[in-house]
Amino acid sequence: MTKVMQIDEKNVNFLKKVEELSGEKITLCEQCGICTTSCPMVDEMDFTPAGIMRAVQIGDETIIESKAIWVCASCFSCTVRCPRGIDLSKVTEALRQLTLRKNVDHIDLKEVKKEKLPAIAVVSALRKFTG
Amino acid sequence: MAKIGVYVCHCGGNISDIVDVDEVARFASKLPDVTVVRSISHMCSENGQRTIMDDIEEHNLDRVVVAACSPQFQGSTFEKTLAKAGLNPNMVEMANIREQSAWSHYGKPEDATEKAKILTSMAVERIRKKEPVERISMKIGKNALVIGGGIAGIQASLDLANAGIDVYLVEKEPTIGGHMAQLSRTFPTEDCASCILAPKMADAAEHPNVHLMTYSEILEVSGSIGNFKVRIMKKPRYVDENKCTACRECEKVCPVNVPDEFNLGMTARKAIYLPSSTAVPHAHVIDKDACLGLNPLVCGRCAEVCEADAINYDDTPLYVNLEVDTIIVTTGFDIFNAELKPQYGYGKYRNVITSLQMERIIVEMAEGRPPRPVGKDIAFIQCVGSRDAQVGNLYCSRICCMYATKLASLLKRADPSSEVYVFYTDLRAYGKGFEEYYRTAQEIGVNFIRGRPGELMEDAETKKVIIKVEDTLTRKIIERKFDLVVLSVGMIPSPGTIKIAEMLKLPRSSDGFIKEAHPKFRPVDTPVEGIFVAGTAQGPKDIPDTVAQASAAAARAMTFMNKGEFEMNPIKAVINGEMCNGCGICAEHCPVDAIQVKGVAEINPPLCKGCGACISFCPRDAIDLRIYSDDEIMAEIEAALKDKREDEKRILIFADDMCTYTLADSVGTAKREYPPNTYLIRVPSSSRVTPKMMLKTFEMGADGIFLGECEEAVSPYPNTLDVIDENIKKVRTVLSRAGIAPERVNYSPFVTVMLPKFVNTINKMVEIVNKYGNIPEEKRRKLSAVEVMQ
Repeated sequence: MTKVMQIDEKNVNFLKKVEELSGEKITLCEQCGICTTSCPMVDEMDFTPAGIMRAVQIGDETIIESKAIWVCASCFSCTVRCPRGIDLSKVTEALRQLTLRKNVDHIDLKEVKKEKLPAIAVVSALRKFTG
Repeated sequence: MAKIGVYVCHCGGNISDIVDVDEVARFASKLPDVTVVRSISHMCSENGQRTIMDDIEEHNLDRVVVAACSPQFQGSTFEKTLAKAGLNPNMVEMANIREQSAWSHYGKPEDATEKAKILTSMAVERIRKKEPVERISMKIGKNALVIGGGIAGIQASLDLANAGIDVYLVEKEPTIGGHMAQLSRTFPTEDCASCILAPKMADAAEHPNVHLMTYSEILEVSGSIGNFKVRIMKKPRYVDENKCTACRECEKVCPVNVPDEFNLGMTARKAIYLPSSTAVPHAHVIDKDACLGLNPLVCGRCAEVCEADAINYDDTPLYVNLEVDTIIVTTGFDIFNAELKPQYGYGKYRNVITSLQMERIIVEMAEGRPPRPVGKDIAFIQCVGSRDAQVGNLYCSRICCMYATKLASLLKRADPSSEVYVFYTDLRAYGKGFEEYYRTAQEIGVNFIRGRPGELMEDAETKKVIIKVEDTLTRKIIERKFDLVVLSVGMIPSPGTIKIAEMLKLPRSSDGFIKEAHPKFRPVDTPVEGIFVAGTAQGPKDIPDTVAQASAAAARAMTFMNKGEFEMNPIKAVINGEMCNGCGICAEHCPVDAIQVKGVAEINPPLCKGCGACISFCPRDAIDLRIYSDDEIMAEIEAALKDKREDEKRILIFADDMCTYTLADSVGTAKREYPPNTYLIRVPSSSRVTPKMMLKTFEMGADGIFLGECEEAVSPYPNTLDVIDENIKKVRTVLSRAGIAPERVNYSPFVTVMLPKFVNTINKMVEIVNKYGNIPEEKRRKLSAVEVMQ
């Protein structure tokens, strides 16, 4: 069964909020999908990058519960290829911020296994997963 | 005493939604000499024009101010209205309250209204100083030059020739026909392209009124409508095109093989070759770079076998000078260089080709000599080099959707067991019969998938190309191997288009193609009188649109040539004989040699372009400019600075008509905001703004002055930037001495597409003025005492 999503002010406000946080004009996205197959992490994502953009365009707030926005490695592959010149990594960062600003930690530092990780990976993971 | 009618236009809400037009009208009614004021919905409509004509009769008006849109947009409309009412067309002035106020300050309605009032008062003060100007007309004959022998050039030449005009059709390649000659079939009718083009090429060559010059390049163009002087170089062909029978015996003996550019390098040709099987003129040509030295001692085999005795190794360039009355530019397009999208592997992967290569493969396949296999699984990737901010091409190339549909259909029909995919973002089937053609392609089984691949991979063993793409309709990522991937490359302006645009000083729009004089009503005119543009030199388009434009350009050129005379630009320098002592400094500085000194200086009107650069150099103030006189501009400046509050800062921007003024209009049209305390004054060239004028402007209350001028490459006037630079230096020296920050005066070159640069530059100027604050009165007074050495 397909559920109907009611579109109202709430959706518009969500789009505006993400646009404000990211500084990107999300309505510019033309849904070509170049970002999706440029993304090295897409195989691990529950939503494609283009799918995330579309969800924000129609103001679907449930996107902030997706796994995909945390899987994003902020590698900018999508950004350098977007034919509309949108910086998608800023958009996923904005979506993460919506959760992070609620002071939710996704990682307990003490429980991180000792692995040989490049310093930059540790820093970016910390930044991404802790508020 | 003058009697002025002021008309404030609402522009159907464009102005009146932002600017309080009634307030502007009330304000205008208090201005000096204003007899009638009206506020009307559409001034440019028949009703609006009728109102002006009735008022002129009823109230004996002798001057009119229209506060509406840009004078570049509707100025000529109101000049005609005045002429109809029996007034001199020079006696109308427009206050540009739409582009320069309502649209560029739409977020600040109150400021916009205040600015509209000042702009209107500037126009009123200026019109008070205006004098009737007699128009100068000149003879125009019936000779036309068409640059570029593609389908646009051929069509325009034939139309002109059939109307009795002498046409010189100049093509840089050894054959006419252009890109159309390379195509397989044309969409949506699937006519064989060269079969419908070849007869037209032959017509052009045989028409008694068409003088065909192939393998020829334009070296130089000077003059103006009715009197263009053109210098052309006919490159040495080394084969006499009249003797050559195209028997091809020479090709058989020629030992040199080089890639054939007609087949985009997929096949080889000889150093002596026939440019294509339908080439016109139908004669061989020697590629001098590939030939073994044009030295019969080295090789000379072709000359040995040529029965017609057509080969001449001693051929030299031939220089031809022409005088023509009009020019049509049909210099066409080039395909986007797919190597600029490295993620698609063109030039690296063997099985990735461009769509134009596919056209040639289909033609050659039909002839039974395919230059390469096409395989069973073929993919098309759309929008390569179009609609792509990453390569700077924001525009849609308009033809790729349909040519990909065509090529896909042809391939699918040729081998129904093949699988053909088209990966697209939006499928644009906008033309006549296009949607039906798309439907047919779907019916025969071409697969259309909505998604643009991020990158292509090559299978190391099979060399097949792997496409991974998101089907954006199902949100599934799909992957498939293809034998051949065709990149649907877009159109870019050809190098010839760029070169000719620079040579003829034609402005180009932000997409790089030649800009038309008006996007709706003068689509084939250029801003340069007597020069027209047609086909893909003006923007991406398909064959029917190209042909329609070519016929339109021919018709436009004929409107001028049939009439037999042309009215000249009335802006000219004038010398005050009583003041002039014949020193000749102006003549030394005139960029077009329009001044001769015979006792006193004299201006040659057909040569004078009206830039006004000479004025700054005259030590005795003996030169003025007709229509943009010192009196008129000073009146405008005074009005722009009138009733300035103490804390208020005002910045005057002098904008050259061709680039900066047009650019400011585009900024307004794009609704890009800039600070409202900036007032534009239109001048033919900012070199006309003398140091004296600038200092006077500061003295009268300006806090900053900015001069905008065309970039050298597109400017109608040579060397004006140097003059401006020199003038600004003089003004800055005086300002420094008076203790005023020299940065308060600045200039910048522009072209018409630099919207962000314009806004940034103006913002920066306002920042500087804000930083230094208002100029104190006593410092301003110091300026009046200074004598400037001009």
